[in-house]
Amino acid sequence: MNKAVILVGGPSRATRFRPLSMHLPQPLFPVGGQPIIWHQIKALSAVKDLREIILIGFFEDFIFQPFLSKCQDEFPSVTFKYLREYSQLGTAGGFFHFRDQILRGSPKNIFMLYTDICCSFPLNELLAQHERHGRLGTIMVTKVDRASAHLYGCVVVDHETKLAEHYVEKPETYVSDMASTGVFVFDQEIFHFMARVMEKRASEFEHERVQESAYGRYDDGDDSQNINRLRLEQDVLRAMAADKKLSAFLCTGFWRQIKSAASAVPANALYLQQAHESSDIILAESSNEGAEIKGAVYIHPSAQVHPTAHIGPNVSIHARVVIGPGVRINDSIILDNVHIKDNAVVLHAIVGWDCRIGKWGRVEGSKVTKANDIDEVTQSGVKLNSICILGEDVHVKDEVFIRNSIVLPHKELAGNKHNEVIM
Amino acid sequence: MKALILVGGFGTRLRPLTLSVPKPLVDFANKPMILHQIEALVKAGVTDIVLAVNYKPEVMVAVLQKYEEMFGITITFSVEEEPLGTAGPLALARSVLGKDDSPFFVLNADVTCEYPFETMRDFHIAHGGEGTILATKVEEPSKYGVIVMRPGSTEIDRFVEKPIEYVGNRINAGIYIFSPSILDRIELRPTSIEKEIFPQMAADAQLHTFDLEGFWMDVGQPKDFLTGTCLYLSSLAKRSPELLAPASEDFVYGGNVLIHPSAKIGKGCKIGPNVTVGPNAIIGNGVCLQRCVLMEGTHVKDFAWVKNSIVGWHSSVGRWSRLDGVTVLGDDVHIADEVYVNGASVLPHKSISSNVCEPGIVM
Repeated sequence: MNKAVILVGGPSRATRFRPLSMHLPQPLFPVGGQPIIWHQIKALSAVKDLREIILIGFFEDFIFQPFLSKCQDEFPSVTFKYLREYSQLGTAGGFFHFRDQILRGSPKNIFMLYTDICCSFPLNELLAQHERHGRLGTIMVTKVDRASAHLYGCVVVDHETKLAEHYVEKPETYVSDMASTGVFVFDQEIFHFMARVMEKRASEFEHERVQESAYGRYDDGDDSQNINRLRLEQDVLRAMAADKKLSAFLCTGFWRQIKSAASAVPANALYLQQAHESSDIILAESSNEGAEIKGAVYIHPSAQVHPTAHIGPNVSIHARVVIGPGVRINDSIILDNVHIKDNAVVLHAIVGWDCRIGKWGRVEGSKVTKANDIDEVTQSGVKLNSICILGEDVHVKDEVFIRNSIVLPHKELAGNKHNEVIM
Repeated sequence: MKALILVGGFGTRLRPLTLSVPKPLVDFANKPMILHQIEALVKAGVTDIVLAVNYKPEVMVAVLQKYEEMFGITITFSVEEEPLGTAGPLALARSVLGKDDSPFFVLNADVTCEYPFETMRDFHIAHGGEGTILATKVEEPSKYGVIVMRPGSTEIDRFVEKPIEYVGNRINAGIYIFSPSILDRIELRPTSIEKEIFPQMAADAQLHTFDLEGFWMDVGQPKDFLTGTCLYLSSLAKRSPELLAPASEDFVYGGNVLIHPSAKIGKGCKIGPNVTVGPNAIIGNGVCLQRCVLMEGTHVKDFAWVKNSIVGWHSSVGRWSRLDGVTVLGDDVHIADEVYVNGASVLPHKSISSNVCEPGIVM
C-alpha cells in the first residue's frame, strides 16, 4: 500500500500569487479547467496501490473541505484528509510532525509533492524506478536551462546508477542542470532518517548557525530559529545525498513552477495541451453552430460563447462566463461569471471572477516564453512584459486598453493603462 | 485672375504618405489637397494657376493636366532651381502673375480653411492697397508672428515675431492677395516674404489684413493632418451636411463621418466622430473607427479598432488589431491580426506581425 502527502502551504506563503490568492487559496486556483491541486490528485489516483492522499498546510480546516469531498466522489479508491499545521516547522516539519497519521496502515512508499508546480507527473514510472533501486528516497528532477539553474534546487546525478550524488539549494554558481521538481517518493523508513537528522541537528545547531551565517545563507525566518524545524532541502535531501540514500528520476514530460499569478497562464496552456492530446478532460471543439475554437480550449458547460467569437489556443473559460459577438481570446484564463462584450480582445491574460470587459475593450499581456522569465516581473518598481491580470470584479469600460498591468480587485477602469500595478 | 500656390519640396514632414504620393495629391477628406484649393480659386474667378515647386513628379503633371481640362483653366509649373523662399517664387512666375493688372492670390499648399477668396478679392479691391493678408485668430499668439494693426483700421502697422507680451492674436494664415505692383519689390533671389517684403509694405501703408471666418490649419504633418480633417468635417457638417454619412445610419456615431460611396461597411460597426473613408475601402464587421483617415482601397478587417491614425492607400488592418497614437501607415502596409500599433510611422510595403508599443518609425 502507498500513500501521498501534498504540501499546500498557507495564506502567507502565497503572496506572490496576488491578486488572485486574495479570493481563493492558490492550490484551488484553476489551470487547465481544474484546480492546481486536482491535477496532482488525478495523477496520484492512478498510482498502483495508492490508498490515501493527505494534504498538509496552514489554511483553516474548512478551506479544503468542499473540494476534498468532491474529490472523494471523483476518486473513490482513495481517501482524503487535511491536516493543519499550527506552527511553522519548515518544509519537512509538518510531514515529520504528522508521521503517526501518515504511517497508519503501514504504507510501503510515501509520495511527497509540493503544490505550486505543474507537471506531466509520470508517478508510476517514478515509483517503478524507486523500487528498482531500493534507496531510501527518489527525487524527481527535470533538466533546466544552464543559465537559470541557480533558481532551483540542483541535483548532481550519476546517470547509470541514478544515484543523487549531491544536493544543493539555489547555488550561486553552476552545479548541475538537473533541478528538483518538488516531487519525491520515500520509503516509510524516511521517518527514522529524519529523526536521526533531528537528533544530530540538535547537537550541531549552534555550530551550524554560525557556519550558515558565515556563508551568508543563514535564513532569519522564524522556522530556522526553531530547533524543531526541519527543512526538506537543506536538512533532509542534502543529508540523504551525502549518505548515498537518494536516487534521482528524470522527468521527461513537462514541468514548471506556479509561483507567481502570471505563471498560471503557461501552466494552464501545458495542462490544456496535455488534455488535448490525450482527450483526458472534455475540451471544447468547433461545431457548426458554435464559436471558432483553435487548439486546446476548455469551456465550462454553463458558459455562453457567441458563435462569432474566436477562442484559443490555450484558453480556459469557467462557469457562467458570457462571451459576446466578435470577441477574441487567446492564451488566457477567464474565471467564473466574467462578461466580455462585443469585439473585445483578451490575450495572454487572467480575467478574475465577476469582471466585465466593455465593447472593443482590450486586455493584453506579453507571452511568457521561458520558464523563469515570469519571476522578473518588476524592475525598479516598473512592471515589465508579463501576463496581464485583472483581480476579482474589475470593470474595463468600452474601448479601454489594459496592457501588461496587474489590477487589484473591485476597480473600474475608464482609461488606458500600460505597464502599471493598479491598487 | 491668377494664383500662385507655394508647393515647395518633397513634403518630408508628411512622410510616410509623401513617399508614395506628392504632397498636393495626398487625399484630404477624400480629395487631393490641391483640388480643394483649385476649386475654391476657380469659384472666385481664377483662370491662371502657377504651382511653385522644387521638383515636378510626372504623376503630378498628369493629374493637373486633367484639372486644366476639368475647369478650363491654365496650370503651369514654376520649377525653382534653388529654393527661393516664400517671395522668390513670385518673381520667378512674374510672366504669368504680372501679365495684366488684375490682382493675384498666393497661397501656401499646406493650409486648409474655408477659403474666402471671393470676399477677400472684393475687400482687396475696395481698400486699394498693394496687399491683403488673410489673418486667423489663435489662442496662443506667443507661438507665432502676430499682426498689429493701426488703431481702428485694417491697415497693418507691424509684425511681432513670437511676442512675449500680448499684442493681439491675429496671425498670418499663409494666404494673400496682391496687386501686380508688388512684383517690383521682389528680386529673383531667395527671399522671405514675411521678413523682407511685408515689413516694407506695412511701412508704406500698402498692407491690410482680412479676418478669416471659421477654422484654419496647417496640415503639413500627420498630427495636424488629423486635426485639420476634424475641423474640415465639422465645417462640412454646417455647410453641406448632405455630403456626410447621415446620423440615421446605424454605424454612425457622433457625426462628422465622410464615407466614399464606393466604400463597403460591415455589420455592427461604430464609426465616428471625425472619420473619412476613401474610395473602395472595405470595413469588416464589428469595426470601431474614430478620428481617423482611411485612404483609397484600405481594408480594415473584422473587430479592429482604429483611432487617431491615418491608414495609407491599399493598406490593411488585421482582425482585432488596434491602431492609436497618431499611427501613420504608408502605402500598402499590412498589419496582422490582433496586433497593437501605437504611434508608429510605417514606411510603404511593410508587414507588421507583432506589437509596436512605443511611437517610432518602422523602416
